[in-house]
Amino acid sequence: MSGDILDVVAGIPFWVAVLRIATPLIFGTLGVLLCERAGVLNLGIEGIMVVGAFTGWFAVYQGATLWSGVGVAAIAGAALGLLHAVLTVPLGLSQHVSGLGVTLFGTSLAAYAYRVLLPRVTTPPTIEPFAPMTSLGVPLLSTQTPLTLLALALVPLLAYALNRTPAGLAVRMVGENPGAAEGQGIDVIAVRMWTVVAGSALMGVAGAFLTLSAFNAFFFNMVNGRGWICVALVVFASWRPGKALAGALLFAAFDALQLRLQQTSGAKLPYQIYLMLPYALSILALVVMARRAAYPQALMKPYRKGER
Amino acid sequence: MRLEARAEVSRTLQVAAPFAAIAVTLVVCSLLVAWSGAPVGGAYRLLLEGAAGSTFAISETLTRATPLIITGLAVTVAFRAKLYNIGAEGQLYAGALAAVGVANAGLSLPTAVVFPLVVAAAMAAGALLLIGPALLKTRFHVDEVVTTLLLNFIALLFVSMMLDGPMKDPMAMGWPQSVAIPEELELGKLAERSRVHSGLLIALALAVIVWIVDRFTAFGFEMRAVGANARAAAFAGLPVQAVVLKTALLSGALAGLAGAIEVMGRAGYVTLDMSPGYGYSGIVIAMLAQLNPLGVVAAAIFVAGILVGADSMSRAIAVPTYIADVIVAASLIAMLVASMLARYRIRFK
Repeated sequence: MSGDILDVVAGIPFWVAVLRIATPLIFGTLGVLLCERAGVLNLGIEGIMVVGAFTGWFAVYQGATLWSGVGVAAIAGAALGLLHAVLTVPLGLSQHVSGLGVTLFGTSLAAYAYRVLLPRVTTPPTIEPFAPMTSLGVPLLSTQTPLTLLALALVPLLAYALNRTPAGLAVRMVGENPGAAEGQGIDVIAVRMWTVVAGSALMGVAGAFLTLSAFNAFFFNMVNGRGWICVALVVFASWRPGKALAGALLFAAFDALQLRLQQTSGAKLPYQIYLMLPYALSILALVVMARRAAYPQALMKPYRKGER
Repeated sequence: MRLEARAEVSRTLQVAAPFAAIAVTLVVCSLLVAWSGAPVGGAYRLLLEGAAGSTFAISETLTRATPLIITGLAVTVAFRAKLYNIGAEGQLYAGALAAVGVANAGLSLPTAVVFPLVVAAAMAAGALLLIGPALLKTRFHVDEVVTTLLLNFIALLFVSMMLDGPMKDPMAMGWPQSVAIPEELELGKLAERSRVHSGLLIALALAVIVWIVDRFTAFGFEMRAVGANARAAAFAGLPVQAVVLKTALLSGALAGLAGAIEVMGRAGYVTLDMSPGYGYSGIVIAMLAQLNPLGVVAAAIFVAGILVGADSMSRAIAVPTYIADVIVAASLIAMLVASMLARYRIRFK
């Protein structure tokens, strides 16, 4: 058994799979991280990813370029993010319930739109997805699509923006101590809202990766809990972009491993056991990290001027 | 713009809130109906007829409302104590599986003994699935929303595994469905040529019981106190963690029971699609009912009517049946805003 695992992990195909599985998780986790650093939990991610996957794919199916598809997905994600932001920031509604509402709404809206726009299809129509960047010449990266490169590049970019720029400082302040931020002349409501919109755009791109890169068609249920896993990964990452990357890669490695073991170890265990592992692992990650989790201090606390 | 808490929350506004929310939702969703090319008025009329236009339609709506009332109650008790149980879907499946398991355990006991055992097993299974996340919440401060959501996927995969393996029905021609429960355990039908079963009466009784527990017992008071302000409850000497755990047991047991009743009253066996999101709809129902156990009944019948009505509407005209899910989801969002407007006044300046 352990020999099997070593064989698998030593192979290049394994790491190719890890990067591919990790990419949507990186986008999604960074999106959740951004929202939460500003003090807003965004459980809309699952539905936003579905909408991103659908709109991005449909735009390309209608003849748009792949990158425009990514843009469309980001805009769709941002729109749902704006809905969540309006509900939770100025109106101060329950972030839990609003997020779930956005997820239910996004998921059902995508399903409805799919049926209205393509009433007669039985097998999902396909598109030509992003091709691997073979001309890049970097061993592992040249097996991946440009979206993976974008995801990897976003990690240091976001870390820099959060930790080294005035805008990042404002985001962190409204997430830690909105009262003090207000005292510095920062518009807490505006900063929170636009941060949620930006984070949700990333979630939309996370969904688009599934239809424009990992697969070439849109299926119902294709997001399959990846959004919730991102929410868990943010806790695991202690709200730091670098650790979020590490968490996504670690998680993807386990996922790739279970996929390989499913194939190599034959039918020793029911396949469902392997499929359960990612979810079980996410719960475990939450439990292990929650104790020393340095939550943004104002997470899930609505801000009202003049109220304490 | 700022929000100002109303000095007094009027009863009228509170009662009006869900109706306003539903009205706004139907107006917004009519744009989507129009987008599909169907006449809006005609579509809504067909939806209404499909939900309540005939004795058969009403019986179908009530059949669909039965599990929804119970999952709505499960979510209501949990949310009252601010325990965000999003796992009713998984707990329902756990209950259904446990019910079939015990019903087919080959106990040579009279039905009068087996029946309560089956029900108890289902409730225990549901409770067991929620007690884990509740313990993680009270002991390690792990957010229960994410853990219960993730457990839904694990529960469904577990059901799939059981349907492939030990509980597979050998006569189902490879269809993933479980062995059926013995006929004597099935719930009686309430009317000829319909699918409404006595589970509806159980659901209604549960709503009254939960309402009584909530309104008139010490436990109900403790749940509300913990939900309103856990810190204040702790200062007042309430065992907050114990209250949360007890709430979890109650909420999980209710969701598990919904699964058992669905099995005993409708299908007779477990399939992977026996619940088209009853657990998640339970959240919408609880919010529409403003966490009032009696309101849950009305909200569940409304949601059931939308689901059943949309099914029949989409058979008549080209509006995809997914419009039902959109309406249900949008009504949750509208309800959130409406209940806030009932409590706050918006001041522009």
